[in-house]
Amino acid sequence: MTSTSPNHVFRALADPTRRAIFEELTRQGEQTVHALTRYAGVSQPAVSKHLTVLKRAKLVRHRREGRETHYRAQADALTPMVDWLKHYGAFWRDRFDRLEALLERME
Amino acid sequence: MSNPAQTPNTLVVERVFPHPPEKLWRALTEGPLLAQWMMNNDFEPVIGRKFQFQADPAPNWNGVVDCEVLVVEPLQRLSYNWGVGDAAAGLQWVVLWTLTPAEGGTHVRMEQSGFRPDQQAAYKGANYGWQNFFGRLGQVLGGSAI
Repeated sequence: MTSTSPNHVFRALADPTRRAIFEELTRQGEQTVHALTRYAGVSQPAVSKHLTVLKRAKLVRHRREGRETHYRAQADALTPMVDWLKHYGAFWRDRFDRLEALLERME
Repeated sequence: MSNPAQTPNTLVVERVFPHPPEKLWRALTEGPLLAQWMMNNDFEPVIGRKFQFQADPAPNWNGVVDCEVLVVEPLQRLSYNWGVGDAAAGLQWVVLWTLTPAEGGTHVRMEQSGFRPDQQAAYKGANYGWQNFFGRLGQVLGGSAI
């Protein structure tokens, strides 16, 4: 029931452009901000802003090389999301069992 | 029978209960009955009604679920927001119950999704829907189960 941890991941990936950027990084490996800007089709400041959100959610990491900043995806950051689904799946199945027991007791 | 199906932002649990929809609806909407299988609550089946489920506190969770009733269609559909944790920091989940008469009873479907309806509409209209996103991501990561 502790859904606080995956929230920032869900939130970071709630935006379609951020999902597209994250997916591109997952597919292509490390990319520069320039390359990502060309790919995303939005302005570089917008891309940088999206990357900041992804970085805060630990979905991407960056390194500087000269004047370029390179980003890569951290797929491990999706784990809280997957754990959340497992957790709630168990929760609801348990509640269904209890509902079934209650229905037997009801008039 | 329990048959959970899940996609990354939606969790579905379904089961056929050998009881009529009327009985299921009571169990879902009468506070004292709801408390016996869900959690203590001050639920009322009135659209716009804010209520709470209250469970024993757990690590990282105070045990409170903040909810608001969204849909009340007697014997058919019931939906409420499902808010856990700080409302400002947390995302709102939506729980939707659907009852369908089935042979020998009632088919009950619980769907919990990670988007409010407005966000839902936004993401469905987007090129990068969640379903596709995870489908493609799974391929990229070598088919590992996400």
